Amino acid sequence: MGQETVGFSRFGEYLCSAILKRQILKNPIFFFLLFLSVSLIIQAKGDGPEIKSVELEGVSSKNESPYDPTEDIMHHISDSYGWHLFDWKGHSISVPLPVILFTEKGLVTFMSSSFHHDHEGKHVVETQGYRFVNYHEKIYYASSSPNNHGAFVSVSKESHAIENNQPIDISITKNVASLLLSVILILWLFLSMARFYKNQDGHSSPKGVASFMEPIVVFVRDEIAKNNIGRHYNRFVPLLLTFFFFIWINNVLGLIPIFPGGANLTGNIAVTMVLALVVMVVTNLNGNKNYWSHIFWMPGVPVAVKPLLAVVEFIGIFTKPFSLMIRLFANITAGHIIVLSLISLIFIFETVLVSPVSVLLTLFISVLEILVTALQAYIFTLLTALYIGAALQEEHH
Amino acid sequence: MDIVTPGFGLLFWTTITFMFLLFVLSKFAWKPILNAVKEREEAIDGALEAAEKAKNDLMSLKSSNEDLLKEARAEREQILREAREIKENTISEAKELAKEEASKVLDSAREQINNEKLAAMTEVKNQAAKLAIDMAEKVLRSELKDPASQEKMVNRAMDEVKLN
Repeated sequence: MGQETVGFSRFGEYLCSAILKRQILKNPIFFFLLFLSVSLIIQAKGDGPEIKSVELEGVSSKNESPYDPTEDIMHHISDSYGWHLFDWKGHSISVPLPVILFTEKGLVTFMSSSFHHDHEGKHVVETQGYRFVNYHEKIYYASSSPNNHGAFVSVSKESHAIENNQPIDISITKNVASLLLSVILILWLFLSMARFYKNQDGHSSPKGVASFMEPIVVFVRDEIAKNNIGRHYNRFVPLLLTFFFFIWINNVLGLIPIFPGGANLTGNIAVTMVLALVVMVVTNLNGNKNYWSHIFWMPGVPVAVKPLLAVVEFIGIFTKPFSLMIRLFANITAGHIIVLSLISLIFIFETVLVSPVSVLLTLFISVLEILVTALQAYIFTLLTALYIGAALQEEHH
Repeated sequence: MDIVTPGFGLLFWTTITFMFLLFVLSKFAWKPILNAVKEREEAIDGALEAAEKAKNDLMSLKSSNEDLLKEARAEREQILREAREIKENTISEAKELAKEEASKVLDSAREQINNEKLAAMTEVKNQAAKLAIDMAEKVLRSELKDPASQEKMVNRAMDEVKLN
C-alpha cells in the first residue's frame, strides 16, 4: 500500500495548498485564545452565581436534569422532512419539502410544512382521507387517539417498536433535496469544465474550473484507475471519477453548516449502500474466469482447504462493498457528531464562556474534516479500483 | 438503531440520481474531458518527440558534415601524397635513365677512344717501323759506302755471332 500512501500524500499536498494557505495552528493567537477561554471557564465554574448561565433555546437550564446532547445530535445527523434553517423567536424556520407517499389507494402528496415542525407524532395531517403523523422523522398512519405522551402512535410495551403501519415513502427529504442540489452543482461544475475542452482550439492549458479539476481528474485516472486496475482501466475511469467527485462534493457540502449545506448525505447509510451496491455489481459483472476460480476453487492450495476458502471468499464478495458502505458512513457521521458534540459543550457547561474552546476545537476538527472529505472520497475510489482490478486480474500475477 | 437502517425513500432517490449523474457525466463531461486531456498529452508527447528527433537530426547532420570534411581532408592529403610520390618517382626514374644514358655514352666513348687509340698505335707502330727501316736503310747505305767499312761491319757482326 506504500505506493497509494505516497499517491494520497501527493494529493493531500495539492489539496492543502489549494485550500489551506494559512497555517492556523502555527498562529500564536490560537493558543492564546484557547488558554484564555480555558482559564475563564475554570473561573466561571469556581465563582458560580456571579456569571449567569446563558439561556438558549432547547437548553433545559431550568430543569435539574443536565442537558443531553444525544437527541439533538442524532436529530441533526438523521434525515428529516423539512430543511430546518434556524430558530427565530422560538419558532423554527425551515424550507418545506414535498412529502410523497404511496398508500394502498395510491399517491398522496403534501408539503412537509403541514406537520408544523412536529416530529413527536403529535400533529396529525389529514389529507385525502388519510391521517399521517411524523414520529421521529418517519411517517406513520396515525392512531385514532394519542398515547400517554400525546403522540398518535401506539408503541409496543415490550420491544418499544411502533405498531402503526407505514406508507411507502419516497418523500423529497432534506437528504434527497441535498442530493439533488449536489447533483445540480456537480453537473454545473463538470459540464462547464467539459465546455472549456470542447471550445478550446488547439491544446491550450486548462483555465478556470478546469485548471483546478484537471489535476484531480488526471490523479484519479492515473494514480487510482491505471495503477490499480491495469490494462483495461479506461472503461472504469468515468465511474471512478463520478464516485470520487460525488462523495467529495457531498462530503464538503455536509461540512457547510448553513443552507444549502449541512445535510449528512454521505453519512447516511442508504446513500453509502447505493454506492457500495454499484461497486458490488460492477466488480462482479466484470469478474473474469480467474476471479471466479479464485473465489470458488482457489488454485495453489490443498484440496481440503479449497471448500473452506470458497466459503470465505464468497462471503468476501459481500463484505468488501459492505466495508465500503460502513467506512464512508461511519467516517462522515463521526465527523458530524464530533462537531456537534463540541458545540454542545456550550450547553453542557451551561456557560457561553466555553464557546471559544468550542469554536476553536470545532474549527480545528472542521479543518481536519476538510481533509477527511477528500480522504474518504479517495479511499472509496481507490478501494473500488482495487476490487475491480482484482476482478480483472489475469492468470499469473 | 434508526441511523444504521437505510430508508427506502433515500435508497430510491439515490439510486435514480446517482445513475442519472453517472450517465450524464460519463457522456457529457468525462468523455470530452478525458479525450481532450489525452489528446493534449499525446500532442505534448508528440511535440517533445519531434523536438528530440529534430535535435538528433541536427546532430547527425553536423556529424555527417564533419565526416564529409574529414573525408575531404583525407582525400586532399592522399592526393598530395600521391603527387609527391609521382614527382619523386619521376625524378628518380629520370635520374636512373640519365645515368644509364650517360654510362652508355661513356662506354661507347671509351670504346671509341680505345679503338681510336688502337688504330693510332697501329699507325704509330707502322710509321715507326717504316721510319726505322728507312733510318736503317739510310744508315746502312752510309755505312756500307766503302768496302772497308763493309768488311768491318761483317767482322763486328761475326764477333757478335761468336759472343752469342
